[in-house]
Amino acid sequence: MAVKLPIYMDNHATTPVDPRVVDAMLPYFTEKFGNAASRNHSFGWAGEEAVETARQQIASLINATPKEIIFTSGATESDNLMIKGIAEMFREKGNHIITQAIEHKAVLDTCKNLEKHGFEVTYLPVQRDGRVSLDDLKAAIKPSTILITIMYANNEIGVINPIAEIGKIAKEHGIFFAVDGVQAVGKVPVDVQKDNIDLLAISGHKVYGPKGVGALYVRRRNPRVQLSAIIDGGGHERGMRSGTLNVPGIVGLGKACEIAQKEMPEEAARLLGLRERLRKGLEAKLDEVFINGSMEHRLPNNLNMSFAYVEGESLLMGINDIAVSSGSACTSATLEPSYVLKALGVGEDLAHTSIRFGLGRFNTQEEVDYVIDKMVQVVTKLRELSPLYEMAKEGIDISKVKWQTA
Amino acid sequence: MAYSDKVVDHYNNPRNVGSLSKEDPNVGTGLVGAPECGDVMKLQMKINPNTQVIEEAKFKTFGCGSAIASSSLATEWVKGKTVEEALSIKNTDIVRELSLPPVKIHCSVLAEDAIKAAIGDWKKKHGVEVPVHEKASH
Repeated sequence: MAVKLPIYMDNHATTPVDPRVVDAMLPYFTEKFGNAASRNHSFGWAGEEAVETARQQIASLINATPKEIIFTSGATESDNLMIKGIAEMFREKGNHIITQAIEHKAVLDTCKNLEKHGFEVTYLPVQRDGRVSLDDLKAAIKPSTILITIMYANNEIGVINPIAEIGKIAKEHGIFFAVDGVQAVGKVPVDVQKDNIDLLAISGHKVYGPKGVGALYVRRRNPRVQLSAIIDGGGHERGMRSGTLNVPGIVGLGKACEIAQKEMPEEAARLLGLRERLRKGLEAKLDEVFINGSMEHRLPNNLNMSFAYVEGESLLMGINDIAVSSGSACTSATLEPSYVLKALGVGEDLAHTSIRFGLGRFNTQEEVDYVIDKMVQVVTKLRELSPLYEMAKEGIDISKVKWQTA
Repeated sequence: MAYSDKVVDHYNNPRNVGSLSKEDPNVGTGLVGAPECGDVMKLQMKINPNTQVIEEAKFKTFGCGSAIASSSLATEWVKGKTVEEALSIKNTDIVRELSLPPVKIHCSVLAEDAIKAAIGDWKKKHGVEVPVHEKASH
């Protein structure tokens, strides 16, 4: 069967909206357009009802209660709200926050911002496998620590942190635990009770829902978590997030969560099968490829691999009918290679050669096979072109060469 | 990022890929850049010691499409030129020819450095006075 090109395999960046989600959303643009805060007519009631259904659908996916879900414009806002909201509310209690080096920028930059306002932030290193060390975490806790914020799964390497263990440590110390759950929710089972999560950021467009909508889980019992709002206005969402609710987007996020919950066991197994087919196919046909991050604690849909001696951007150029992303400096705005891979201890030379594959609901086995063939073809061609590959084959240790940099 | 047609053409059909013997007294080798920076260019030229004409040029490059294109173009340009003429190639000529965006100018700088390094190596082999290594303008 002919594969339809281009192939989308960048599902950590965003996912297409599931057609079932689109169908659920459509009436809320037109006939059911009411403002969910309009309390005295049927248009408003229809909007409110739809929002409450979505709250239920999202809560169910993460084992929360509907009242613990508040809606935002996306996970960047959710991350900002959970961190700044706790920081401001509890700054009398303490000014210390613990996070880790390979968080998403929405968390790292929020923490950096708080540092400018008198907070002290510890950025835990990660181990070679990309996970946080529990001993490092315990050692970093101080009497002034008010918040631990660690992501569930990393967006580049898909590595899953020991969230339940971290949650337990946080609870024992009476510290709030805020989790960026963007890559994990809907992909692997996330249970805020079992994991002792106090706050959880969720994105719509990473779970086959629409862009421009997100959610934040805010624990209401044991303990009841209070947040300072970062947006002032009409007092929506129990005062935590003002602004007219994005009803169609919220309906879409709710529906996406409902589908994810129902289909997760089957979908995760299927994606794991495709991912392993991809990994084994590449490893069988190419030498000197290296996986970045733990294979054991990893999202089923992620593969992050370095193709030694081949620069990532030139690789992307060769596989231009396949949408993936690279940790190469040349593909980033900053001209720095991936800070995530660097934190893992991956050498900058190998970071430049990394490719992130993000499999998704709509990828097929035929697509995976096409990607393997194309990758092998382009990597082989570029290695023929690579002076580093030639030197390595001649037995020269590249790391010992004294390079003349311009 | 969108690439110019010329960059795409050099990437798809790189000219003069390969290696010459480093031991050949008439071959000058330039190896510039560093793996950590994401760019390494190896440029080699076979130069006639009597006429000082560059008779052959080969390259291998680890780097982005623009780096590959810059070095591929450099081999095309130096072939048939005298050493003096080749040394007059400026990175800005490469930028213009390939329509490189500002973020890719360093690729052209590296190509100019590679030309100078290869010629410098050849001159050293022939006991010719090596001029003070002139850095390309960034």
